[in-house]
Formats: sequence, C-alpha cells, structure tokens
Amino acid sequence: MTTVTATPDDFSGSHAHHDDHADHKPAFFARWFMSTNHKDIGTLYLIFAIIAGIIGGAISGLMRAELAQPGVQYLQGWASMMSGDQATLDQAYHLWNVLITAHGLIMVFFMVMPAMIGGFGNWFVPIMIGAPDMAFPRMNNISFWLLVPAFLLLLGSTFVPGGTGNGAGTGWTVYAPLSTSGSAGPAVDLAILSLHIAGASSILGAINFITTIFNMRAPGMTLHKMPLFVWSVLVTAFLLLLALPVLAAAITMLLTDRNFGTTFYDAAGGGDPELYQHLFWFFGHPEVYIMILPGFGIVSQIVSTFSRKPVFGYLGMAYAMVAIGAVGFVVWAHHMFTTGMSVNVKMYFTAATMVIAVPTGIKIFSWIATMWGGSMSFKTPMVWSLGFIFMFTVGGVTGVVLANGGVDDVMHDTYYVVAHFHYVLSLGAVFGLFAGFYYWFPKMSGKMYNEVLGQLHFWVFFIGVNVLFFPMHFLGLSGMPRRYPDYPEAFAYWNKIASHGYEIMVVGMGFFFVNLIWSLAAGKKAGDNPWGEGATTLEWTLSSPPPFHQFETVPTID
Amino acid sequence: MATAPHHTLVDRNRRTMIVMAIVAAGMLTLGFASVPLYRMFCERTGFGGTTQRASADVAVTKAVGHTMSIRFDSNVSPSLPWKFYPEQKTDTVTVGARDMQIFIAKNLSDKPITGTATFNVTPTQAGAYFTKIQCFCFTQQTLQPGQEVRMPVLYYVDPKILNDPDNKDVQEITLSYTFYPVENGKKPS
Repeated sequence: MTTVTATPDDFSGSHAHHDDHADHKPAFFARWFMSTNHKDIGTLYLIFAIIAGIIGGAISGLMRAELAQPGVQYLQGWASMMSGDQATLDQAYHLWNVLITAHGLIMVFFMVMPAMIGGFGNWFVPIMIGAPDMAFPRMNNISFWLLVPAFLLLLGSTFVPGGTGNGAGTGWTVYAPLSTSGSAGPAVDLAILSLHIAGASSILGAINFITTIFNMRAPGMTLHKMPLFVWSVLVTAFLLLLALPVLAAAITMLLTDRNFGTTFYDAAGGGDPELYQHLFWFFGHPEVYIMILPGFGIVSQIVSTFSRKPVFGYLGMAYAMVAIGAVGFVVWAHHMFTTGMSVNVKMYFTAATMVIAVPTGIKIFSWIATMWGGSMSFKTPMVWSLGFIFMFTVGGVTGVVLANGGVDDVMHDTYYVVAHFHYVLSLGAVFGLFAGFYYWFPKMSGKMYNEVLGQLHFWVFFIGVNVLFFPMHFLGLSGMPRRYPDYPEAFAYWNKIASHGYEIMVVGMGFFFVNLIWSLAAGKKAGDNPWGEGATTLEWTLSSPPPFHQFETVPTID
Repeated sequence: MATAPHHTLVDRNRRTMIVMAIVAAGMLTLGFASVPLYRMFCERTGFGGTTQRASADVAVTKAVGHTMSIRFDSNVSPSLPWKFYPEQKTDTVTVGARDMQIFIAKNLSDKPITGTATFNVTPTQAGAYFTKIQCFCFTQQTLQPGQEVRMPVLYYVDPKILNDPDNKDVQEITLSYTFYPVENGKKPS
C-alpha cells in the first residue's frame, strides 16, 4: 500500500489563507449545473443515486406487499389507478412485469452504478492518485447530465402504452421476442433509448477514469502503489468500455426489429432470438462485476483502515480483480443453460464460471488475513464491510451451486436465483455502498455522522435483508418461479416472512435518512483524518471537506 | 505525470482518450458483426442443430451399412394460412446414402403468399453431420391461391457421425421445419 510522506498542511492551503485560489467556488447555478469539479459531480451522482434508490426501493416494497400472500391483492387496483379506468387482470399482470423491470433497471443503472463509479469513483479516484481533477472535467459533466434524461425516459415509459398495459414489462434483460413483437407501443422504445443514453454516459465516464488513472498519477504513484479502490475502478472502467458497446449494439438491433422491419431476432425472417441472449449476457455478466468490483475496492480500503494494517497480499488483491474482470467475459452463457445447449458447451461454461471462485476466494481470504492480528475497531464503516464480506460469501456460495449446468436446469428462474443475486448485489454491492458512504461521509461533508444511528442502521438493515432474502432460497428450492405476482398456498409461509423482512429493512433505512439529515445539519466537525493511523490514502491528508481544487502542491509518494 | 509541462499531459490525455474511444467503437462494431459471425459459427459447427449443405457433385459419400431413423417434423406459423406436412413421418436411411423426402405445402387462402422455412435437427449435436443437397428451405416459396406443391428434400447423414463420441447413442434424428410468411418490407437479415 501507499505510504504518504506529505503532511496535511502541504495541500490544504485554504486553511491558512482564505483568499487562496484553491477554494474559490462558482455561484450556485454554475457550480451545480455546469459543474466541472470532480467532487461536485461526485456529489451530484450520489444525490442522484439516493433518489433513484428511494424509487427503486419503493417499487420493491410494492412487490413485497403483493407477494405477502397468495392471490392478486393490489395489482389490479394499482393498474386501474395508473390507467384511469378499471384494469383487467392481464393489465394487472403486465403491471407486475413493469414493476420488476423498473426495479431491476433502476437499481442497476441508476442506483448502484452511479453511486459506486460516478459517486465514489469521481470523488476519490483523482484524490487517491494525487491528481487535481479528472482528465476531462467537461466530459465528466456530460456523463452525469446524460444520466438524468435517461432516468426520466425510463420513468416516463411507465405512463405510455407498452403492449398489454402501460409501461415496459420486459424484465431488465429485455429479451426478444417479448421486447419486440410482444410489446407494442412506445414504452419499450423509451426504455431502450434510456439504456442507450445511460450506456453512453457510462462509456464516457469509463474513458475519463482510464485516462485519469493512466496519465494523471502523482510522481511516485506507480500502478503497483495505487490504492485498491483505484484499481477496482480501473478494472471496472475497462469492463464498461468493453461490455457496454455490445449492449448498445444488441438493443439498437431490438429497436430496428421493433420499428424498421429488420429481423435480427425474428426466426421468421432468418434471425435468431437466442442471439439477443448471447449479446445481452456478453454485456450482462461483466455488468454484475461492474457493480461489485468498486465494492471490493471500498471494502479493501476500509478493512485496512480499521485493522490498522496494510491490506494483506496487495498485488494478489489487485490482480484478483483483473482476473475476475477478464474471466468475467468468457462465462456469459451460464445465464442461458436452459436454452438447449449441448453438454460440452455446458461443461465449458460450468468450469469457466467456477474458475472465478478462485480470485474471489483470494479476495475473501486476504480480507480476513488483513484483519488477522490487526488492531481492529468496529466503527460503522467497518461493520458494513464485515457485513459485505459475509453477505457476498453467502451469495458466492449459492453462485457456485448455480454455476453447475445440471443443477441450473432445475434452479433456473426460481427464487433461488433471486436469492443468489440479491445476496451478491442488493446485500453485497449495497453494503459496500453504505460502507463507503459512512467511511467517506466525514471527508465529503466535513461533518461526522452519528455513530449510534450508523450502528442501528447496520444492524436493523442487516437483520431485515436476511429475513427478506434468506427464505427465498427455500422458496426457490421448492420450485417457486420468479417473475410471477401469484403463487400456490404452499409458498405462502416464507413469502410472508420475506415481506416482513422488507418492513424491517425499511426501518433500517429510516435510521440512514435520519442520520444523513441530522449529520449534515448538526454533525460534529470532522478532522482531516477521523480514522487515525490506519487511514493511509491521500484523501486523509486533505482538509474535510477537501479544498475546491486540491493538490496545489503536487504530493510525492515514495 | 503531473510534473511534465501542461501541454504534454493534455496530449497524452487526448491520445489515451482516442485509443479508448477506438476500443469502444471496436466493441460496438463487434456487437453488430456478431450477427453474421453467429450465423457463420452455427453453419460451420452445426451448433444448435444447424444442418450442413453440400452440392450434388461434391456430396459423394459411400454408404456404410449402418442405418438410422429420420423423423420429419413440420410446423406452420399461425400467421401463415398454409397446410404443410411430410409425405411420410419417418424414414430409415443407411448412413452415408442419399435419401429423398417429399414435403407438401398448400395455400389455403385466396391470395398468393410467399413463405420461407427455418430448419434444424435434434439432437443438436447431429447438426454437423446432417447434410442437405437440395431443400425448399434454401429459397422462398410463393404459392398461388389453393395451389399445392410437392417439395423434395435431398439429404444424407455423413458417415463421420459414427466416429463422433457425442453422437454415439444417436439412433434417430428429427428434421424440423417451420414455415413463416415473408412479410412485405421485412428483409431477411
């Protein structure tokens, strides 16, 4: 890990002289709407992600309410409310599809990715490598402001016809032919366009991060001295750069199939709907690593900080992420085991998928080895990181189960899969996000969060999500299929428990928002480095919050 | 590095950006190129039960005395008012020997309609060995109102199938067709 020779006074000129250029901020509109400052853009991303997270989380609340008992309780009423007149049962079912689609797309593209990469990446990658800002500040601004219309398009699609009812009800995978001949009306077009724009935003952001990390490191900050969070964002940026254009191509062909009479995915015209699945998952599998890798980076920083030890096996940790990213591109068809592929193809994708458990295991064991013998303190960011490691390991284990082509024939599209990917994403990635949020909140805002509320948030949320998602393993094992609003009586018990888990989780989130507002309004002033000697990366050498333009004196790393 | 003169950093950044933009554009191209690549891959390897194609003069193989049962399956898209069926449902062929099967299609509507058929075989691993010399599925078919046509399929099973461990237990191959209407304005991709 990095050792920093500079002291805080070297960079935080604004403390000493107030007329310093470093802290000259533009007026409100220019600062927030025409922003080229990586920290301000990072803040915008975080605010955006919180808003999207509230919407996406509320949608999952609607779904848990409907699923709390067998039968269709609320959907028809909601569908009638949205369309203005009495909705049919089919329209109610369509609304269900719209809800699962919106929840998936919002959480993936408008919550996790903006918060991880846009938020924390923007805030801390330049600081951690000793750069004054991102390589292309104005492109950075475009990246963020593309995301807003993309989100509005997706939300807007809910209110226009999408086939059976209003909204795009295709699932986040947008499989053809449901998304082509199966969904008449403009809703799916709007959703696809939303993905195009969000994808363009991410590709621009990825180019910006790669350029920044390759060219703008401070003297002495070699690639092998970069903090692991920067490594994680670098690998993530490459995954974005290689995967998102393929999604763009795939969904462009969906659009032309829908509107311009092509038959890329239509067997009647010589196309193949399975091609869409191959293209989607060639993007989709790297995409799940895009969501989790920055979380790996965040957790590495935090575990090291609160164990007061450098990360165990730094190089192994960095190259494990590179390996996960690389192997992640050649395992995509494990999402398609039931499409009728031959035994040999299944064997390859099973084996390749299991190989990923090796670098992932390296990471888990290195985190444990980092803590081993360390001087640990269990502050809020640390408990979230421990929660991350626990949850991600549970999700990883069920992932190894699902990787088996033969087992997946039975488990495919059951709640077992839903449990698996919520353990790695909703609990893994989201725990990483909260860990990072509490870790860097004092640095970003200059205020300390409330430790008691932070701990309460963790414990209530931790219990809530486990009560919510763990029973889904049982439901899946007993054969409950995903993506249905209704189920037989036999699945009622665990579904009810799961819905109660959601309620507990919401209480946990209440502590988060109270903490957020209270800390911003009345939090104690945070020092430059509230975490003590374990926090060795460059952001802790700056004031809290950092000056508007940091590193007037370039830091040197030895 | 940040210590270098400012214009050098700007140049380096621009160069990196251009390289990365080319990488992204390359992946976008690859995404679209996957359409023909995927088809070529399937045709070459028989992936997903894609049958092989040979011209009559090339396709000279010798029968090897091993027989195999061939089933014929015919389907019609709901939007195509045709009747379409094989003359015989099954046939027993000698591996390596040419055989012919007649499919009958009839236009039940009062309008001329053009149709085209998709095809594959199951089990899918047999696709690499099921070779067609002549087939109505290679071209589009136009039927006048009420017209009935008899369409031959000339095929053989490549004797190499007997040496493939993946096809060791294959006793029967099903050849399946689905007829779709060729809609105006829809170009086969």
